[in-house]
Amino acid sequence: MDITGMTAVELGKRIRKRELSVEDGVKAYLDQIDKVEACVHGFVTVDREGALRKAGEVQKRIGDGTLTGPLAGVPAAVKDNMCTKDMLTTCSSKILGNFRPTFTAEAVRNLEKAGAVIIGKTNMDEFAMGSTTETSCFGVTRNPWNPEHVPGGSSGGSCAAVAAEECAYALGSDTGGSIRQPSSFCGVVGIKPTYGTVSRYGLIAYGSSLDQIGPIAKDVTDCAAILEAIASYDPKDSTSMKRERYDFTGALVDDVKGMRIGIPQDYFTEGLDKEVGEHIRRAAKVLEEKGAVLEEFDLSLVEYAIPAYYVIASAEASSNLSRFDGVKYGYRTPEYEGLHNMYKKSRSEGFGAEVKRRIMLGSFVLSSGYYDAYYLKALKTKALIRQAFDRAFEKYDVILAPAAPVTAPKLGESLSDPLKMYLGDIYTISVNLAGLPGISVPVGTDSKGLPIGMQMIGNCFDEAKLFRAAYAYEQTRVYERPGLVKEEVKRGGDR
Amino acid sequence: MAKQYETVIGLEVHVELATKTKIFCSCSTEFGGAPNTHTCPVCTGMPGSLPVLNKQVVEYAMAIGLATNCEITRVCKFDRKNYFYPDNPQNYQISQLYLPIARNGYVEIEVGDTKKKVRIHEMHMEEDAGKLIHDEWDDTSLVDYNRSGVPLVEIVSEPDMRSADEVIAYLEKLRTIIQYLGASDCKLQEGSMRADVNLSVREAGAKEFGTRTEMKNLNSFKAIARAIEGERARQIELLEEGKKVVQETRRWDDNKESSHAMRSKEDAQDYRYFPEPDLVPIVICDEWIERIRRSQPEMRDEKLERYKKEFDIPRYDAEIITESKAMADLFEKASAICGKPKKVSNWLMVETMRLLKEHDMEPEEISFSPEHLAGLVMLTEDGTVNSSVAKEVFEKIFTDDVDPEKYVEEHGLKTVNDEGELLKVLEKVIADNPQAVVDYRGGKEKALGALVGQTMKAMKGKANPGVVNKKLKELLS
Amino acid sequence: MANKISDETIEYVGILAKLELTEQEKEDAKADMEKMLDYIDTLNELDTDGVEPMSHVFPVNNVFREDIVINGDGSADTLANAPLKKDNSFKVPKTIG
Repeated sequence: MDITGMTAVELGKRIRKRELSVEDGVKAYLDQIDKVEACVHGFVTVDREGALRKAGEVQKRIGDGTLTGPLAGVPAAVKDNMCTKDMLTTCSSKILGNFRPTFTAEAVRNLEKAGAVIIGKTNMDEFAMGSTTETSCFGVTRNPWNPEHVPGGSSGGSCAAVAAEECAYALGSDTGGSIRQPSSFCGVVGIKPTYGTVSRYGLIAYGSSLDQIGPIAKDVTDCAAILEAIASYDPKDSTSMKRERYDFTGALVDDVKGMRIGIPQDYFTEGLDKEVGEHIRRAAKVLEEKGAVLEEFDLSLVEYAIPAYYVIASAEASSNLSRFDGVKYGYRTPEYEGLHNMYKKSRSEGFGAEVKRRIMLGSFVLSSGYYDAYYLKALKTKALIRQAFDRAFEKYDVILAPAAPVTAPKLGESLSDPLKMYLGDIYTISVNLAGLPGISVPVGTDSKGLPIGMQMIGNCFDEAKLFRAAYAYEQTRVYERPGLVKEEVKRGGDR
Repeated sequence: MAKQYETVIGLEVHVELATKTKIFCSCSTEFGGAPNTHTCPVCTGMPGSLPVLNKQVVEYAMAIGLATNCEITRVCKFDRKNYFYPDNPQNYQISQLYLPIARNGYVEIEVGDTKKKVRIHEMHMEEDAGKLIHDEWDDTSLVDYNRSGVPLVEIVSEPDMRSADEVIAYLEKLRTIIQYLGASDCKLQEGSMRADVNLSVREAGAKEFGTRTEMKNLNSFKAIARAIEGERARQIELLEEGKKVVQETRRWDDNKESSHAMRSKEDAQDYRYFPEPDLVPIVICDEWIERIRRSQPEMRDEKLERYKKEFDIPRYDAEIITESKAMADLFEKASAICGKPKKVSNWLMVETMRLLKEHDMEPEEISFSPEHLAGLVMLTEDGTVNSSVAKEVFEKIFTDDVDPEKYVEEHGLKTVNDEGELLKVLEKVIADNPQAVVDYRGGKEKALGALVGQTMKAMKGKANPGVVNKKLKELLS
Repeated sequence: MANKISDETIEYVGILAKLELTEQEKEDAKADMEKMLDYIDTLNELDTDGVEPMSHVFPVNNVFREDIVINGDGSADTLANAPLKKDNSFKVPKTIG
């Protein structure tokens, strides 16, 4: 049986029906890790013993009827910036290279409550700063569609692991596109929920006002089921939102008749790769054929999202990352003279170049005399961007756009010009600034055989509309497996 | 002629609030405990942890703001103050800069016969830092985060004070207000109230302020007074020598009675404040403010006014008693029970004050109950015990909160009112002291005192001296 | 407008951020920062007069905890990852004062 080819929900169903044991699932994924991990390198930590032990426990609880959910017994991976009790949590940074948290992130706890078996922690750009997963101190993750290319980032490990079928699904985090862009590059589905939907407690912060955890999986149904499991109001996170509804799977209806979809013309400009643009428009057409009403419009302010983002995210990061100082946990330089030298050496040796770059920028924009010119200006820009979206959502149910202007670049091409790399987040970043939900769904591959993702953006708390539109679109195509996994499976076929 | 200088002083007063838990987590604020026992991921800055605000902190801060005539900020926010130091586990302190909870207040102080307003610029909420202990053995520092995250308010005054006396009066005023509110115990020695002194000098009559310095590490009123004198002298000396005062933070060493600059290249004092993204704004409505206002206890000034009307006690006594809310509460309760405020006041003013001093205690540490003090007053009033016995019993009440009635009974301390027994003793005393009898009868009044003393001694103090005096006179006339 | 970052500024930001950069890193940081600030300066094209700065995306407020002690002795967990410890405390280089 092609266990790793199944979606998470499908595997869960088979486990509930006793057609497969939890251990069967875990072993199949561990086998796949053995086969492809040397090439993909999606993981920082693979917890074989823990996963097998957990499989037994979960099996028991399924047996005695205490676990009945769709994800019970299904193996999952978690991005390495979410705390897992007693399991290494590194943020792919030397400075946390030996860090074992004493508590588990709320989102991961919710997954465990749903019966998930965590098989490991996935690689990422160091502290989620990057768009390629090349800034990890543990080495790059490769794109399963073509190992010469990056998987995107910063949740590149999670997306590559899902695409390479090393886990049934994974959690990622998205501060400026870190779930949607690598999902697009790896041909999987990823959603960044509305800010405040998933608790940030236990997520090691990068840009606190922008960070949000979300699911990454083979299809839209999985994403809805996972989000249902991890979303919760958490009194430990003051920015957590009490939502009226936590039912997302109910939105999985193949019907977009009358749905108003706005296409921002200002996203389809010169920076956009021609092939990518064509695929997105074709996908939009598919939705139109199914009854959706398409309209092009000007979102405006598109070019201001990235500069505003880099001010806000870098400023918050410079403060969030100041706790890494060699005193309480993590790396301390072996030799130092006095306190400040210990701080400086530990941090300079412990952080990589991109992290240092953003900490420097963030410290500068907040420093005396610059706050108004940079930080306050960025917060005002953020307000304007939010207003632009508010206006758009008066007219449209969903905004449809590319997830990224290009497909996955080759390894080593991006880091030399940071600004150019930052521009790759042009379609995703404004969604974080405005706190909105956004999903990336695969729509095909380019002539190089690399996946292309379509992004759909919803109004706040309107994940249901995103799921409906994405689900309806998904019904029209087959799930394509990357070259690494070879064969293709037909949707609704042997699954 | 030597120039005249004026000292200009503003204060930043930190007060630890009397909440049960820390400001952003559910750890205990209890004093003491082995290092790091009152800690959790939040107050030790563990990666992934997030703060959640303790509502009681806001309500205490509002109460202090209202009691110091401040405007309460209707939408207030927290900001991060960024600086590296090991006692600050996140290397930022969650504080308030842009929208502090209270602003534009004042308190009235009295020095000598002069009343004066000291304006409060603003008051904000923030978290306390941990403790650093120097380890002599290997010349390192040890960090304990038990105090990390204990809630503080910082009250920032305008530079309205001109002398150490005014500063002390201001601090005492703040302390009384806050203690009355029950918002803090305000102990300088234990650090639950701390004052940083901003001081500058200028030539008398000058309009502009001079350059100020900030003095830290002042943990008693005496240290504050000495530091003000020392810093004033230091600044004047600099100016007299034609030098400039440098704006800096200085640390007062009360043993050496001098200060030194806390300057360091690594200490840029550029705190890069920005809005705390992990906490949401606090919106304070009229109803909430009214609720806090209504639950305010009677403050000291009101109490003083009322005492003047209700109780026949000297103004001075009323001032001393109301200085501490604990004392005032004790006074009112005991007076209500025994109906003798003047007597209660006497016990508080004389014996209680003496014993507090003797035991080096604050009025807040008084542990005896008003019922027992009232009981003692009644026992003396009805002549059950005489005054010297009463003093002895009171000491027991003060230290062990004994029930005076029981204690007197058990120890046989009742005044003997049995005339037969008294007469027997008197006759014996007269017989044993013929010389004193002769002296008295010869006109030496003093001799009677000796006879009274002898009688009291024979009766083991349980006689009523007045009665003894009277009877002796009768017998010897 | 082209931003110029001086050696002193890089030095100063290094002190604030507690980062010690090599000469090469300093040069890179200067160039990076100048480029980023030029880019960020495009925000000045936007008229933001009268716009309320938005630090939180949703108008949520008054999220509180009740004042009840829940946590017990957390010292074992607190110190579990300490690089150096002694007497139940974190050990750090001697601090001044």
